[in-house]
Amino acid sequence: MELITSIKPVLAVLIPLAVIPVLVSSGGRPNVREAWAFIAGILSFTLVASMVPAVLDENRIGMTLFPIAPGADIALRVDALGMLFALVASSLYIITSMYSIGYMRGLNEHSQTRFVAFFALAISATIGAAFSANLLTLYLFYEILSLATYPLVTHHQDENSKVSGRKYLTFILGTSIGLVLPAMIWCYHATGTLEFSAAGIFESDLSTPSATVLLLMFVFGFAKAGIMPVHSWLPAAMVAPTPVSALLHAVAVVKVGVFSIVRVLTGIFGVELLSSLGLGGLVAFIASVTILVSSAIALSQDEFKRRLAYSTIGQLSYIVLGAALLSPKGMTGGILHITMHAFGKITLFFCAGAIFVATGKKYLSQMVGIGYRMPVTMTAFLIGSMSIIGLPPTGGFISKWYLVLGTLEGDQAVMLFVLLTSSLLNAAYFMPIFYKAFFCTQEEAMFERKFDEAPVMCVVPLVITALISFILFFAPQPFLNLSTLAVTGFTGG
Amino acid sequence: MIHYPAVVVIASLLGAFIAGILAWVQERYTYPAALIATGISCAAAVWDLIYVAGHGPIAYHMAGWAPPMGIEYRIDTLNAMVLVLITAIAFLNLAASWPNVKQEMPDRSPSFYVMYLLFVVGLTGVASTGDLFNLYVLIEITSLSSYTMIALGDRDRGPISALNYVFVGVIGASFYLLGVGYIYIKTGTLNMAEFAAMIPNIQDSTTILTAFILCIVGVFIKMALFPLHVWLPNAYSYAPVGFARIVAPLMTKVMVYVMVRLMITVFGLDYIFIKLHIADTIVWLGTIAILAGGVMALAQTNLKKMLAYIIVCEIGYMVGGAWLGNDSGITGAVLHILNDGIMTFALFLAVGNMVYKLDRVEIKDLKGLFAGMPWTMTGFVLAAFSIVGVPPTCGFFSKWYLILGAFEAGAWHFAAALLISSLICAVLFFKVFEVCFFESPDTHDGPGSDAHGHHTTVAIQEAPAISLAVLGIAGISLIVVGLYSKTIVVRLIWPLLNP
Repeated sequence: MELITSIKPVLAVLIPLAVIPVLVSSGGRPNVREAWAFIAGILSFTLVASMVPAVLDENRIGMTLFPIAPGADIALRVDALGMLFALVASSLYIITSMYSIGYMRGLNEHSQTRFVAFFALAISATIGAAFSANLLTLYLFYEILSLATYPLVTHHQDENSKVSGRKYLTFILGTSIGLVLPAMIWCYHATGTLEFSAAGIFESDLSTPSATVLLLMFVFGFAKAGIMPVHSWLPAAMVAPTPVSALLHAVAVVKVGVFSIVRVLTGIFGVELLSSLGLGGLVAFIASVTILVSSAIALSQDEFKRRLAYSTIGQLSYIVLGAALLSPKGMTGGILHITMHAFGKITLFFCAGAIFVATGKKYLSQMVGIGYRMPVTMTAFLIGSMSIIGLPPTGGFISKWYLVLGTLEGDQAVMLFVLLTSSLLNAAYFMPIFYKAFFCTQEEAMFERKFDEAPVMCVVPLVITALISFILFFAPQPFLNLSTLAVTGFTGG
Repeated sequence: MIHYPAVVVIASLLGAFIAGILAWVQERYTYPAALIATGISCAAAVWDLIYVAGHGPIAYHMAGWAPPMGIEYRIDTLNAMVLVLITAIAFLNLAASWPNVKQEMPDRSPSFYVMYLLFVVGLTGVASTGDLFNLYVLIEITSLSSYTMIALGDRDRGPISALNYVFVGVIGASFYLLGVGYIYIKTGTLNMAEFAAMIPNIQDSTTILTAFILCIVGVFIKMALFPLHVWLPNAYSYAPVGFARIVAPLMTKVMVYVMVRLMITVFGLDYIFIKLHIADTIVWLGTIAILAGGVMALAQTNLKKMLAYIIVCEIGYMVGGAWLGNDSGITGAVLHILNDGIMTFALFLAVGNMVYKLDRVEIKDLKGLFAGMPWTMTGFVLAAFSIVGVPPTCGFFSKWYLILGAFEAGAWHFAAALLISSLICAVLFFKVFEVCFFESPDTHDGPGSDAHGHHTTVAIQEAPAISLAVLGIAGISLIVVGLYSKTIVVRLIWPLLNP
């Protein structure tokens, strides 16, 4: 394994950032503006993808940008875990940019330029977080992402979004400043470094009580991961336009949260220290509670996006649970779930948005019989929800398979029970939607049996993501190899 | 002999005379004269900094008189850095505030420029001098010119705020002068370096202890450490914009510099942390100042007042940090002098732009400002994030060292206060952002119910280009200074602590 110095990761972060002035200055010509957003997205994705072979050869690519303090620089470094996440985020950004055009223009939304500009900033911060070489850099991008998302969440600028925006900030900023910042400085004070390394930064001189407190500060401090009880910002953030919910609150923002937790577990504490202190079980327990409770809450939600939000909270904890299992298979499954859940859930959000654009309906109880009017959307919905439940032939099956193997490997039957119960609950809150959409009597149906889909720019992206979810079942290799490689790195062989 | 240390001060002093004469002869030339004078001061200060960073401290004897008879200017990395901060802000602010001065005092602008230059003379002198009594004189020059300029501000409340400031300021100065008197009686010298050399032999003396306490209390009053802050909020909010923009970022920070100078150079860290046992108490004072400043800021309905209380809060950061008794704490405090100077400058620049267009800056009157003044608000947001401590703005990095110092010292209350104040500042600023973002200026019955589209477009009414350009420079330096923190710390601050 060698460290290649390259400017590529820096460029992948900078391109979406550098395009913002161009986006703003071409605000009067929406087509030009959107074209630039695409170009930036494609360039950034190409850069990320071009580093895949080197990463798969077990190299790391990076660059130190600004030294801040001894042992804490602002530095980027691409490894398998970061690559997997950046690949997901940057590819979905392109698809979401397309979807945004259909959605925002379809609804004739105001301030579209601001929307596009902050979206680009958010994706830049996400890629930055994925490529962070140490905790300080990760924190930097984490905070930028929190603040860049605020104007997106509160896009409608009405009373409702103001309240949700407050909630969003209180949870996200409150925990990152109140918990992560002191925890990070504590680490730095104790060890003099914040660099992620598989062996952890503590040389086993950490007592169990301090380690527990520190770990909890991180797990709850990265509130973007939506671990209960710091989850309630996510349903509130659903007030945002759907492209935001889709890319940021199913992929970028929330996954930066779980990604950060996984990084801290594997790079700051280290798998070895966690298993010797027995702290994996604690995190797994917290994650399990979140999985079960949020899935149960999701059952009772009638607003489409809120149900998806609670589903997301549960699925995010799968990833945390996988990492906390500390067994190779379990961790592989958890990391792989970042990808699988991303493609599945973004499809579902795209569907929710497409239905809203086409019919103006937000509540599931108003969507009876919609399958005949929007068959493409609802078929995509079926594939997406199957992926979330973990049914073949969709990508979600693969990651759940590994998670289940992980629980067996770690001899943790309780966690197996949690996973299976949650899958049943997932099926219970998704399948009725699909069922009611197609299987209803003529009297029950709320829509005419006439094909009338959302705008093409809305439908094409959701077909693409649904197809990818499907393909990932047969060809999970790039992501599976990356997550296996990442886990090999964490467990040291 | 290198004369740059003198040039920094004298350029502004001569500028003040020339501007004063020009005010009688050709009024319209006073402004260019003032701009050139501060520009020369700034260039000389930058030269000082470069020289000192490369070659070590400069000892400059005024008019060639050697100490103890003559006055010595002693420039090391600490005051070179502070001098660059002072002169750069003085120069940039003069450029940015020209439209405001013209708007606020069309008939009295020449006297404003003269007093402004004298104020800069005072500040640069305070930051340059190596003589304890000369320091007093220069503090008084600074104070007298600021009393005058605050009285030039708001016609109703400006003079009364100035009077309040005069009373408190004179008390503070008297404390300091009394302390210097004791030092002179005991040692017969007023030169900082000579006095510092004598300290190890006389550190048990009660006279020296008294002198130290008198000096430090005087400085605390001048820097508005809670509960000695009562003069500050009114003085800063009712001052004319052009002056508020320089006094708010610099006056208190320069007094913090004086405190650090007294600690590091004059009395010495050994005397302060080993001989005296007051460090813990003062860290507590800093903690209380942070919390009290934050809470009082929450209660304000006027943006300027809110910022003034944030300054009170920030003073707590620096005082507490400097007294933690470890390198990280002092590093954080000194770095925060620089960072807080820049961010307060940026905030007051933005507020000055708002005042130029809106006249009043009651928070509830700021509706729709993101749409109306996008560039001003961008600068304001950036500076606000720096106050909150969001990386990569510079405020984060000084807070980093301060919290690290608190951890090293085991001063958990101080670390907690820093974190709580970050959260309070986030609340404070987002309260303002919400008004600027969510409420449109046209509707009086709250935000419209139409969630999608159809928002009334607010015409962009920005401040003059020059004010925006300076705000842009300040905003960029917030990030650049932040990213180059390590260079600043390693090259400028650590040489000071470990000579």
